[in-house]
Amino acid sequence: MEKFTTVTGIAVPLDRADVDTDQIIPKQFLKRIERTGFGEFLFFDWRKEPDFILEQPFYRGASILVAQRNFGCGSSREHAPWALEDYGFRAVIAPSFADIFRTNCTKIGLLPVQLTEDEVNKLMAQLKAIPGAPVTVSLEDRIVTTPTGERFSFEIAPDVRERLLNGWDDISLTLAHEDAIAAYEGDREREGPSTGQFLTASQT
Amino acid sequence: MGKTLFQKIWDAHEVRAADASGPALLFIDLHLVHEVTSPQAFEGLRLAGRRVRRPDRTMATVDHNVPTLGRESIEDPLSKQQIETLESNCAEFGVPLFSIRSNRQGIVHVIGPELGLTQPGMTVVCGDSHTSTHGAFGALAFGIGTSEVEHVLATQTLPQGAPRTMRVNIEGTPGRGVTAKDLILGTIGQLGVSGATGYVVEYAGSAIRDLAMEGRMTVCNMSIEWGARAGMIAPDDTTFAFVEGRPAAPADFAAAVESWRALPTDADAAFDREETVDASALVPQVTWGTHPGQVAPITGRVPTPADFADPVDAEGARRALAYMGLKGGEALEDIAIDTVFLGSCTNGRLADLRAAAAVVKGRKVADGMRAMVVPGSMQVKEAAEREGLDDVFRSAGFEWRDAGCSMCLGMNPDILEPGERCASTSNRNFEGRQGAGGRTHLVSPEMAAAAAITGHLVDVRSLDVDLVEA
Repeated sequence: MEKFTTVTGIAVPLDRADVDTDQIIPKQFLKRIERTGFGEFLFFDWRKEPDFILEQPFYRGASILVAQRNFGCGSSREHAPWALEDYGFRAVIAPSFADIFRTNCTKIGLLPVQLTEDEVNKLMAQLKAIPGAPVTVSLEDRIVTTPTGERFSFEIAPDVRERLLNGWDDISLTLAHEDAIAAYEGDREREGPSTGQFLTASQT
Repeated sequence: MGKTLFQKIWDAHEVRAADASGPALLFIDLHLVHEVTSPQAFEGLRLAGRRVRRPDRTMATVDHNVPTLGRESIEDPLSKQQIETLESNCAEFGVPLFSIRSNRQGIVHVIGPELGLTQPGMTVVCGDSHTSTHGAFGALAFGIGTSEVEHVLATQTLPQGAPRTMRVNIEGTPGRGVTAKDLILGTIGQLGVSGATGYVVEYAGSAIRDLAMEGRMTVCNMSIEWGARAGMIAPDDTTFAFVEGRPAAPADFAAAVESWRALPTDADAAFDREETVDASALVPQVTWGTHPGQVAPITGRVPTPADFADPVDAEGARRALAYMGLKGGEALEDIAIDTVFLGSCTNGRLADLRAAAAVVKGRKVADGMRAMVVPGSMQVKEAAEREGLDDVFRSAGFEWRDAGCSMCLGMNPDILEPGERCASTSNRNFEGRQGAGGRTHLVSPEMAAAAAITGHLVDVRSLDVDLVEA
């Protein structure tokens, strides 16, 4: 995946809470078997609303999304982070994220940044006052710099940060511990149930 | 100090403990796969030249896209492609698949328990957020994204940061007409739509112990709807009796039960948080808004934004009311319904169909009502037909369909049109979830059946019916 170090770009204030993954990418677009091309369907229904913020010219080319709490709730569809990434977003800032969405983002190099509700509201207000203003997200320093120069620090698990900074692939990291997996399988793995009994019966 | 059910399962599955280099690596006992979130994962394996490490711990079926009428020919070319892609991936990688032609096909969270694959003490994952369903058996079960699906296919493990733990004690005897669905909707209403984010939740208390497995699955299923990483319930004799005799049940069942009896949370174990819900105070629940936390007792009224102290919640209510075509302040029972959907991984099991049929029996659906029953699996469908439930539903004016996810999320042709209003036994009332512009009210099977008969949301307890005990 692409490394994430520091990103400076236009930030979009999406002043809504509990934005679910059905809004980020509706179900009719989950039928593709490819990993790319979801960006044009991002917020598909909301983009039909008059004045929807993403459609306003100030925000063309935006790379940072700012939203309210519980962003990404609902389904586990990784298509949601794929759509955000494909549209051009590199980071999402919110007071809280749904767990599966947050994990999915970090697997593809899209940075979820958790600030306090107060900080998000301040940032949101600045972005509304100065539409199209740039924000900087530094993963190296764990700092968000707002358009007026305020600096908000954020926490992120050290191993996740390391992985994002380096663009490391999770599977390769785990396979470095293949001995440990084999040892577990040999010594401690529970007996069954094996799905193998269904292999032939199930294919018809 | 003692351990929680969660901690016991976690400890038994640690391939590596967390250290400075990263989080714990957990072994996965059962990986369930479906057609929507897996194609890119299999493609990833192919590109990297990797195999499926443990096909014997992997099980696939098709559910999200399958038509529930005329499954012999799938008209939507993209749905067809996705289903065929899973078939070819399973053949290529040696993964067992219950295909669209199998009489064992069904919603992945219905067939796992049905086959006996879901057992106490296991770790279960699937590229689907409702994987929490399997926690009803005293398993640690959670939904994952496609990158993680690929990771489990390749390594049979997942790196996991340790969650916090919460116990929700649902105490007391629920009144007549108050079901497992009402227990979980009431819990979400009380504790908030993101109240469990970051937690693994153990549901405990007398109301939970009294539930049959189907009800426990309904409760755990909706754990994700208030943000929980997973939901789980201590295994007991109810659990063991459900697993016994199923195709994948342990050969030495007595020995398995012996080990499962050690799983429940120890008396002196501590949780990061404990909450209590009074089941005896709950009445049937119905959602009025666009997330499952926007829920109220059927005896109540639709709230107005002014009812919410928190400005974010008030703004959320304002948007939800506008989307739902409600002003706020209406009696919930006055809301007219034109569609009823009975099914899904939340409420698509035989017990759910029986409960709804008891309400429907001898009655007709309201004029203009479109009502459909979509059994959670082909086995549920067959069992219901053996009991004559299909006749009960058909003669009342319901459509009787084949198994799949169907109108829970409308990836197949079963969708709401803009402005249509549905009483649904599914799990999500998000904007457009059942079809763009469609409006969803989440309810129990009994309440959905009652709405189909009367043509509006209604307190099922006010109908002259013999309700099936949960």
